[in-house]
Amino acid sequence: MTAEAVVAAYVFILAIFVGFEVISKVPSTLHTPLMSGANAIHGIVIVGAMLVASAIPGPLGVVLGFLAVVLGTANVVGGFVVTDRMLAMFKQRSRGAKPPSNPPRTT
Amino acid sequence: MTVEQLIPVAYLLAAVTFVLGLKGLSSPTTAVQGNRIAAAGMLVAVVATFFAREVQGGIPVILGGIAVGGVAGFYGARVVKMTAMPQMVALFNGAGGGAAALVAFLEFARSFQGYPVELGPTIATFLGLIIGAVSFSGSAIAFGKLQGVITPRAFRYPGQQAVTGLLVLAMVLLAAAILLSGRTGVFAVAPGAFLVAIAIVALVFGVALVMPIGGADMPVVISLLNAYTGLAVAMAGFTLSNQLLIVAGTLVGASGTILTRLMSKAMNRSLGNVLFGAFGAATTAGVTAAAGADDGRSIRSISAEDAAILLGYAQNVIVVPGYGLAVAQAQHNVRELADVLESKGINVRYAIHPVAGRMPGHMNVLLAEANVPYEKLFDMEQINPEFPRADVALVIGANDVTNPAARSNPGSPIYGMPILDVDKAQNVIVIKRSMKPGFAGIDNDLYLDPKTAMLFGDAKEAVGKVVAELKKAA
Repeated sequence: MTAEAVVAAYVFILAIFVGFEVISKVPSTLHTPLMSGANAIHGIVIVGAMLVASAIPGPLGVVLGFLAVVLGTANVVGGFVVTDRMLAMFKQRSRGAKPPSNPPRTT
Repeated sequence: MTVEQLIPVAYLLAAVTFVLGLKGLSSPTTAVQGNRIAAAGMLVAVVATFFAREVQGGIPVILGGIAVGGVAGFYGARVVKMTAMPQMVALFNGAGGGAAALVAFLEFARSFQGYPVELGPTIATFLGLIIGAVSFSGSAIAFGKLQGVITPRAFRYPGQQAVTGLLVLAMVLLAAAILLSGRTGVFAVAPGAFLVAIAIVALVFGVALVMPIGGADMPVVISLLNAYTGLAVAMAGFTLSNQLLIVAGTLVGASGTILTRLMSKAMNRSLGNVLFGAFGAATTAGVTAAAGADDGRSIRSISAEDAAILLGYAQNVIVVPGYGLAVAQAQHNVRELADVLESKGINVRYAIHPVAGRMPGHMNVLLAEANVPYEKLFDMEQINPEFPRADVALVIGANDVTNPAARSNPGSPIYGMPILDVDKAQNVIVIKRSMKPGFAGIDNDLYLDPKTAMLFGDAKEAVGKVVAELKKAA
């Protein structure tokens, strides 16, 4: 294994633990927005798509690179906007008539 | 320091925002911020990438792609109705999976320098390609099922497991051919053709994976495919030696797996049971069992006027919303109904089953839109002991989550799934468009119960009529 591969493996394994820990307690109300938000985050593949967009010369390479960027961008933009729309409904409620002494239930 | 040397710093910043974003999304008070922090991090990462050397040759292609994808994503996300949110998530997830598969493919083509290939990076490439393609076609099928383009029923056929097994075997053999090429010195396969073949088999596998799963289980499937895409992105990160892709993809893969487990737990089933499980195969048994109940018991249908009278004389009313409410966009009418009843001094509460609708939290989102106070919404565990004291349980477009067969009939495909004990209320009113069975495709014994009255019609219209009758009487 090259040194670079070892570092990548460290990053991979530590990220698994962080992923497990970071959402250990989530109220079921937030399952849908959380899934949608996570969906937007794996849209980071857009960076990968940009890096290989001109990897192969010729029309086929351009078409595939273009397609990868289109799909990646749709994932990022659509993902964040849908999540924001879902969450806007929760915000609307907390702005509502209820006094702040009634925090949302989290079970 | 040159600008290019700052790129890893920007990536590190982005990785941190993703962790903070996910953390924020898991609490109601910080969710909106969490989503925006992650989005900001994404923007930083994308802008930084424009300065990378590899990108310079393809700027017009990239800008064009971002324009097209951005408009499609933004438009799709803005115009979609709240009811169609689950399938939009599936669609965007599939897009990510497809992108990851393409990245893996292009990077392999770029770095290929003849056989033998390097084992580690090539295996990561294959995994990115396969998982991405499976997520792409699987998400497309999930979208089709939720949108009603494809039958939401579980599609099963004889020899299904053999077919799935053969597909996996085909992918392994194709991958092995490339990995071994040049090593034995005997043969060297055409890498492009073999890679395309792997991608095609993976796409078929994605279809074969999701088709046998019933529509009721789609939320769990989407969550799983979401985790898959995360993993595919992480693999693409290995191929590109890009730490940010590894971190972000793995975060989603890990948290998505946890979320998928939480969801299947809410249905009292294991993930394996969802993927290969009983829905569909056992359906015939469930239908026959319910059909056996035809002896003498029949369905009682009532008018909106009768329903209004029943509700008007109640003291405790529990509303049980389901997918029918979402489809009819009846949440505002339900809120109005609750207001009218409350003005008469009637206690109105809402019972939210963890998987009511098509996604966990689906009902909460809809009712929140209609400004139903949070403290009126109750989880299954909290509300179930209250049903015997309720005068009327008003079921609006919910079906499988109220089916008593889940408690009483071991032959039923949904046996063991926790349900709302609607049948324990003094009276039950069910608002439903028709006698069509729910997403699990099985009949509901609740409708044959003598204390159940059926109010047939679109949820919005039916609730509207009841409200009008109540106001007339007042």
